[in-house]
Amino acid sequence: MSVVTTLDVRADFPILSEEFDGRPLIYLDSGATSQKPATVIDAMNAYYRERNANVHRGVYALAQEADAAYDGARTKIASFAGWEQKATIFTKNVTEAINLVAYAWGRANIGPGDAVLTTQMEHHANIVPWQQLCKEKGAQLRYLEVDKRGELSPEQLDRELERGDVKLVAFTHVSNVLGTIVPVAEMTARIRAAGAVSVVDGAQAVPHMPVDAAALGADFYAWTGHKALGPTGIGVLHGRASILEEMEPFLTGGDMIASVDFDGATWNELPYKFEAGTPPIAETVGLGAAVDYLSALNMERVRTHEQELTGYMLERLAEVPGLCVVGPPEPEHRGGLASFTIEGMHAHDIAELAGRGGVCIRAGHHCAQPLMRCLGVGATARASVGVYNEPRDVDALIDALIAGRRIFGL
Amino acid sequence: MDDLYRDYILDHYKRPRNFGELDPHDMEGLEHNPLCGDELGVHIRVKDGRIEDLRFHGHGCAISQAAASIASEELVGMPLEQVGKLDADWAIELLGIPVSATRRKCALLGLKVVKGAVTGDNSWPVGADQYRPQA
Repeated sequence: MSVVTTLDVRADFPILSEEFDGRPLIYLDSGATSQKPATVIDAMNAYYRERNANVHRGVYALAQEADAAYDGARTKIASFAGWEQKATIFTKNVTEAINLVAYAWGRANIGPGDAVLTTQMEHHANIVPWQQLCKEKGAQLRYLEVDKRGELSPEQLDRELERGDVKLVAFTHVSNVLGTIVPVAEMTARIRAAGAVSVVDGAQAVPHMPVDAAALGADFYAWTGHKALGPTGIGVLHGRASILEEMEPFLTGGDMIASVDFDGATWNELPYKFEAGTPPIAETVGLGAAVDYLSALNMERVRTHEQELTGYMLERLAEVPGLCVVGPPEPEHRGGLASFTIEGMHAHDIAELAGRGGVCIRAGHHCAQPLMRCLGVGATARASVGVYNEPRDVDALIDALIAGRRIFGL
Repeated sequence: MDDLYRDYILDHYKRPRNFGELDPHDMEGLEHNPLCGDELGVHIRVKDGRIEDLRFHGHGCAISQAAASIASEELVGMPLEQVGKLDADWAIELLGIPVSATRRKCALLGLKVVKGAVTGDNSWPVGADQYRPQA
C-alpha cells in the first residue's frame, strides 16, 4: 500500500469538527467545493466587523482601508497564480470568466468561417459559451477527442490548427471527471505558434498544485475561489494585458468607466475596465486569506499529499468488486479525484449509500454530459480530495461502498 | 434493513416489470432526469380509452427504475382520463419509501413520461407536485 504524507490540518477547518448524525464529517467532494479554514471565515468576518466600506469611491479613512483590503488581496491572488496584478480580473466564478472572454473577445474577433476549438472533456462552462458564440457568429465549434486513457492528443491539436481557421482554443487544465492533467504549456505553445488565443479552465488545478499561469503560456487562465478554500462568489480571470487592452468591456456601468457624458463613456484602466459595479469585496478578502493559507502550506507539499492520497484511493478502489475508474491510471497524471462506476449499481445509489455511511461524494454527469456520452456511461460517482483529507477518509469510503454492494445483494 | 433500498425496491430495480419495447404502440414518450443524465422512455398501447399495455425502456437509478416498474403494474388497464389526473402523492405512496427532495425527481420520472405521452403535456410536475417533499 502507498505511503501517504498527511498535512495534518483537519483542526484548521471548523466544519470538520462538527458532527453529522453523531458522526464526524468525511468530506470527499472538494472537486465540487472545498471546505474553508477558520482563517478565511475570520478574515471575512473581520472585514465586515472592522473595515467595511465601498471601494474606489470614498476618501475617508475607512474607505481607504476597504480599498487596501480589496486591492491588497488582488496582489496576493495574482502572485499566487503567477500573473500580473493589473491583468487579474475578479469575476463571480469560472463560468463568468469564460463568458467574459466569449463576449468581450469572441464577439469582436470571431466571424463566419472561423473556428473555435474545445475538447470532449470540458465542463459545460467551457462548452456552452462557445456554442452560443459560434451559433451567433456563424463560426464552427470543433472538439479535440479524448483517447482511451482519458487524454488529449497534441497531434490532433496540430492537425486542427493546420486547417488555418482556428481563432481560439479553450481547454481544461485538470478534467473534473477524468482527473486528467492536460499538458497546458505544450498546448499553448502550439496554439500561440498558430496565431490563435488560448483559454484555460484552471478550476480543478489551482487549488491542488503549484500553478504559474504565465509560465504555462495561456492567454486567458480562469479559476474560482470556492474550490480553493475561499468563499463562493469570487472567480479569477488572468488575461494577457496586451489583449485585454484591446478588448471592449464585458459588463458596463459603475466603477469600470474613466468618464461618462450623455453621449458616451470611456473606460477605466485595467483591471477595473472589466469589473463593473461594486465587486465582491469580502469574498476577495476571503480568497486572499485562502491563498495565504495555501502558500503557507506550500503548494508543492499540497500536490505531493494529494497525489499520494489519490494513489492510495486508486489502490483501495480496486479492491471493490465490479468497480471501474475512468481516466489515466497513474496518480502522477491526474488531479486529486477518481470517478467510477460499480457494476449493478447506479452512481446516484452509490452516492446515496455512501452518504448514509457518512461519506460525502458526488454522483451524476458532473456538468460534462458530452464527455459522459463519450465514456458510454450515464453517470459516475466521484470522490475528490483536498488538503484536509487523510487515508482514513478513503478507508471510510471503501467500507461504505462494500456495505452498499451488500445492500444491493452484490 | 435499509429504509430506502428495501427488498421490493431492489427486486423491481433488478427485475423491472413491463420493461422493453412495445411495437406497434399508440403513444410514446421520452424524458431525461437532468440531475443525473438518466433517460426513461415509454411505449403505450391503447384500447377503449384505457392503457391496454405499456413498456418502459431506458436506464436510471434504483429509485427511478423501481418507481416506474411499480407504477407500471397499476397503469395497465387504467383509463387515460385517470392517468392525466394522477399526482405526485400517488407515485410516492405507491413507491412506499421516504424520498428526499433531491431524489424526488427520480421517483417521479416514470409517471412524468407516462403523463407526457398520454396528455401531450410534458410540463408536469408543477406546483405542489414538483416541490412538496414526502416526509
